[in-house]
Amino acid sequence: MGFFERIGNLDRRWIFLLMGLAVAIPIIIIDVTGFIPPELPMPKAKSTFQTLDDLPAGSKVLLSWDFDPATEGELGPMANTFIRQCAQKGHKMYFMALVPVGAQMIRSTTSDVIGTYYPDLVYGEDWVDLGYKAGNEAVVKTLVTDFNQMFPSDARGEPLSTIPMMSGIKDLTAFDAIVSVTAGYPGCKEWVLFASTPLKIPTVVGCTGVIAPQMYPYYPQQIQGLLQAIKGAAEYELLVNDWVRRDQFRNTLLAMGVEVSGEDSMGDLPSTSEELDAWAGDHVGKGLTEAQATEVRGFASEKKAELVAPVDAPEPGLFLEAQKRMGPQLSAHILMLVLIVLGNLTYFVTRRRGGGR
Amino acid sequence: MKRTVPLIITATVGLLLIVANFVPALSELSEDGTTFFSIIAAIAFVLGGGSLLKVHLKKLSDRDRGWAYSLIVLGSFFVTLVVGLFKIGAPPNPAYPDKPWAGGYNEPGTFFNWIYEYLFYPLTATMFAMLAFYIASAAFRAFRAKNFEAILLLGTAFIILLGQTAAGPALTNWIPPDGPFAGLRLEELSAYVMDVFNTAGSRAIVIGIALGIASTSLKILMGLDRSYLGGGN
Repeated sequence: MGFFERIGNLDRRWIFLLMGLAVAIPIIIIDVTGFIPPELPMPKAKSTFQTLDDLPAGSKVLLSWDFDPATEGELGPMANTFIRQCAQKGHKMYFMALVPVGAQMIRSTTSDVIGTYYPDLVYGEDWVDLGYKAGNEAVVKTLVTDFNQMFPSDARGEPLSTIPMMSGIKDLTAFDAIVSVTAGYPGCKEWVLFASTPLKIPTVVGCTGVIAPQMYPYYPQQIQGLLQAIKGAAEYELLVNDWVRRDQFRNTLLAMGVEVSGEDSMGDLPSTSEELDAWAGDHVGKGLTEAQATEVRGFASEKKAELVAPVDAPEPGLFLEAQKRMGPQLSAHILMLVLIVLGNLTYFVTRRRGGGR
Repeated sequence: MKRTVPLIITATVGLLLIVANFVPALSELSEDGTTFFSIIAAIAFVLGGGSLLKVHLKKLSDRDRGWAYSLIVLGSFFVTLVVGLFKIGAPPNPAYPDKPWAGGYNEPGTFFNWIYEYLFYPLTATMFAMLAFYIASAAFRAFRAKNFEAILLLGTAFIILLGQTAAGPALTNWIPPDGPFAGLRLEELSAYVMDVFNTAGSRAIVIGIALGIASTSLKILMGLDRSYLGGGN
């Protein structure tokens, strides 16, 4: 039996083993070395970020976690990043779910992000968990006209009338944006058809790779941002991580009495005291006045160290998850391509020899 | 009577919801219709539970092939139902310390949460993860360039599979991003395929589905399609 015949009769358990290794080895390498595959944010990820960034601090954002543990690997990282951007920006977050286990997804993501990295946010004032409601698109349709009818209480059983951030919420028009993280039905499509399109509410969607092709026709008129599976999540994560660093740098400077004007005026952030002096000099007229630059250059060395420390600080692992998962995706995709090529070679060679199937 | 009454209800509610879309005065009635839908959806959970019991109890009593799986389904169903309904292990709600049943059924520490965390979560994640293995095997055995359409599909698959990873930019990094051939970079090519070909196809499918739903809905409203009532005809 020749090489191609042998390949053609390959036991599929070998393929399973190869796929297992293609996924496991990059996970181990990334974990040990900390190497993360490079990402290039594409327009859809940029517009997702921009839609939430353009809203003023304190805007009301409805986040619908319509996914389950089966798709958590694909959608969990983007859900975490959505919370991070909203929390850092100071948006009011209203969590709900159209699928039963979405309630648990809300609990785990809020606990991981808000509980660990934004413990100052107050439940009921900065974020609220409304939990799951049965009824699929009917839930969305009812929320369009009467919010309290669908949610008389939050997931903890507290009447909405006792929750400060719920005052003034009569229907969906009270919200400034909708974020839907979706694994299937019900999910983003129902939000687009019954809420965001008729009410013209800015909407961004994060969905699995299987759902994404169906959502393309709605972008950019009916949805303003679209994250496609872990690839979209990785691009969005990169954008948010970079922005958070800049925002933290800006806030630390503000706390030290220096207000940088203009969002895009930060340039490359300095990671040493010397770089900080150079940065201040370079930004005169580009966010800093001459007096502010002199003030920054005159900071004591401890103050400078405090200012530049977060710039080079390692990013928390939770906010690198999507980018890390691109490693196994890369090797798995390459394996798939090799298998397709090998399968076709085998097919054509054996067919020429008269044994093709 | 068993068929006429449901037909009348369906036609009345369906027409009302359509007309209410164009007549603001009827919007409250339309909202009531939606509320009824939500109530029925909640009742459907009970009916679903009843149906599950009926099917699996019958399988058990008949000792059908795979009856042991039915036993596991029923056991899991009842255990989850009981621990959820009776809030077993639920910590007291700090807002109502004197009310022992005020704690959430799925709070951390409850048995329900334990089932979710250590059984449901790993099982569903495993099931979904297994897709990768079967897709790889299927790609090896079935993805053949047998004709022109299959070659097109293969070419698109190559572009998307590479474009969705770091391999895409790495392989075509030599093409200047601002030059006239920037569109040939794999990540751009992948985005183009998705934005143009995929969107065109998806839009056609969506419009087709919408037309299909409209015609099926009309048939149901007019009583021409009664398949949803069951009974075989």
